[in-house]
Amino acid sequence: MISQLEETIEAIIARHVAQEDVARGALLPILHDVQAEYGHVSEEAVRHIAAGLNLTRAEVHGVVSFYHDYRKEPPKLPVIKLCRAEACKARGVEALVEGAERAAKGKAAIETVYCLGLCAVGPAALVGDDVHARLDEPKLAALIGDTA
Amino acid sequence: MKTVRISDDAVALALGADALAAAFERAGASVERVSSWGMHWLEPLVEIDGIGYGNATPDNVEAILAGSAPNIGKIEKHPYIASQQRLTFARAGKTQPLDLDDYKATGGWAGLEKARAIGSEAVLEEVIASGLRGRGGAGFPTGIKWKTVAGTDAEQKYIVCNADEGDSATFADRMVMEGDPYMLIEGMAIAGLAVGASKGVVYLRSEYPHAIKKMHAAVQNCAHIIAPFTVDIRVGAGAYVCGEETSLLNSLEGRRGEVRAKPPLPAIKGLFGKPTVINNVLSLAAVPWILEHGGAAYAAYGIGRSKGTMPVQLAGNVKYGGLYEIAFGITLGELVNDIGGGTASGRPVRAVQVGGPLGAYIPVSQFGLPFDYEAFAAADALIGHAGITVFDDSVDMKGMARFALEFCAAESCGKCTPCRLGSARGMEVMDEVIAGRDVGKNIALISDLSETMKFGSLCALGGFTPYPVMSAIRHFREDFENDSAMEAAE
Repeated sequence: MISQLEETIEAIIARHVAQEDVARGALLPILHDVQAEYGHVSEEAVRHIAAGLNLTRAEVHGVVSFYHDYRKEPPKLPVIKLCRAEACKARGVEALVEGAERAAKGKAAIETVYCLGLCAVGPAALVGDDVHARLDEPKLAALIGDTA
Repeated sequence: MKTVRISDDAVALALGADALAAAFERAGASVERVSSWGMHWLEPLVEIDGIGYGNATPDNVEAILAGSAPNIGKIEKHPYIASQQRLTFARAGKTQPLDLDDYKATGGWAGLEKARAIGSEAVLEEVIASGLRGRGGAGFPTGIKWKTVAGTDAEQKYIVCNADEGDSATFADRMVMEGDPYMLIEGMAIAGLAVGASKGVVYLRSEYPHAIKKMHAAVQNCAHIIAPFTVDIRVGAGAYVCGEETSLLNSLEGRRGEVRAKPPLPAIKGLFGKPTVINNVLSLAAVPWILEHGGAAYAAYGIGRSKGTMPVQLAGNVKYGGLYEIAFGITLGELVNDIGGGTASGRPVRAVQVGGPLGAYIPVSQFGLPFDYEAFAAADALIGHAGITVFDDSVDMKGMARFALEFCAAESCGKCTPCRLGSARGMEVMDEVIAGRDVGKNIALISDLSETMKFGSLCALGGFTPYPVMSAIRHFREDFENDSAMEAAE
C-alpha cells in the first residue's frame, strides 16, 4: 500500500524532475518542497526521495545534513532567526541575545542566521518570510510576543 | 489624488512600509510601490512629487499629505544621490520593479537588442573593452571568462548567476533582484547570446524571501522577451560556502555544497560537466548598460585596472548607511566619513571591515586607501563585494577575530583540512589569547596557522579567513594584550 507521504513525495519529485537536464539536480528543490509540506525532512521521506531519484539513502542523507536549512525533526516552537553577523554585531545585536532568549523561553526558538541583507538597519530578524529591522530590546520582545 | 511612492524593498518592508502604504491608501492617496533609492537610514522613505519624507510612520501620514511634515527636499537633488555615479542602479527609486513598461521606458532591453544586432563576437569585444571584473570578489575579467566559454564546444552551456550574497554588509545583489530584476535577467540573456548558452540559472539564497518572489515573477513576465533563452530560479539552503562557485555548482547538481578542486575551470567543465559562465549578480547587471552605451564608455569610469563603477554598501554602525554607487578610486575615508557620516552611535570610528566576513579589518590610519582592487591587495586587504561594515570605538577586536574563525568553522564545507581543522583549532587558540594565557606564544601560533589556511585551503573561505584574523591582530594589537597578558608575553 502506498502511504500518503510516499504519494506526496512522488508528486513533488515528478514535478521537479521534469524540468531538469539531469534528474538529481532536482534534489534541493524537492527537499525544499518536502520541508515546506511537512516542516521537516524525515527519514522516511529521505527513503522515498532516494528511491525516486535512484540515489542511495546515504547520498540524500548527506545532502540533507549538509545544509543548515533542512530539519530532521519538525520545529517544536515558532522560529525567530536573528542575524548575528558582523554588521548586526556592529549595531549591537549581541547585547540583545541574552534577554531575547530569556523572553522567548518555552515560547519561541531564537536561532542564529548570518546575514539577511539588512546591514545598514540592523539588528535584523526573519520570521517565516517576514523581515524586521532596527530591533532593540522592546521591539524584539514585541516580536517574540507576536511570534509565540 | 496624490500619488505616493513607497519602496517594497526588504529594508523598507522590515521597517513597516506595508503598514505605511496601507495608511496612505486609507487616507485616499494612490500608492505606487517602487524600488529603494538606497538611503537606508531614511527608510521607510515616502516620495510625493519628487519630495522625500524620511522615517515615515502611519502617524504622520496626514502631515505628509498636507505637506507640513519635515522633508529632505527633492530626493534626486539630495547630496547622497546627486554625488553618485549610478550606472547599475540608475533606476533605483524610480521604477516599479516588476513593471515591464517602466523597464522599457527607462532603456530596458536596449542592451539585449544591441547584442542581438551585433552578434556574439562583437558582444564579447564590448565586454572585454569595458574592463568589467567579477563583482563577487575575485575580480576576474568577465569578458575573458565569457570568451573561454564561447570558445569551448558543447551541445549545452549554462549561464549561472551567483546570487548567494552571504557576506555581511552586502545587499546590492538583493537590491538588484528586488528593485530591478529585469536588468539582471537581461544581463544573463546577453551572456547567453555571447557564449552560446540557452539556459540560465539564478542561485538565490533562502535568506532572501522577497528577492525569490520578485525573481520568480520577473522571469515569468519577461520569458517572451528573452526567448529562446530561459532562466530558472533555484533557492539555496542556508550554506554560506555555496557562494563559492564550485560549491554552488555542486549544490545545483543536488550534491553537498563541497568545493571542487580547480582545474578544471567551470568555464570548461561547469554545471553537469558543461561549459558554464558563473558571474555575480552585479557583474551580470552591469552588462546591459555596457552593451547599450559601449564598453569604452564604461571603461571611462574608474582608475588603473579597476574600471567602471562599484555599488558600495555602507553598513553596520554608520550614520548614513545604504547603497552608494561610484567609480573606483574614491578613498575609504571619503566613503566612511564624508558619505557615510561616521558612526550612527556618534562615537569615533575605530575600524571598518571591507569585503564581508573574509575581508580585512582596516584602521582609520589607512583611510587614504583608494577603492581599487590592486591598492587593496597591496595593503593585505580585499574589496570583495564592496560591503563596508563600520565599527565604533566600543568594538572588541579580539572578539571579532574569534568570530571570523567561529564563522569559518560553522560554514566550512569540510572538504579540505586547513579550513576544516584550522578554523576550529584557531578558535581554541584564540580562546587562550582571550583568557590571557601565553598571549605572545599563542598569537605566533595563530599567525602560523593563518599561513597554512591562506596557502593550503581549496577556496576563499579557508583561504581568506586569515584576513580578518591577522588584520585585527596587526592593526589592533592592544586589544589582544591586556595587562596580565602582556606580562606573560614578555
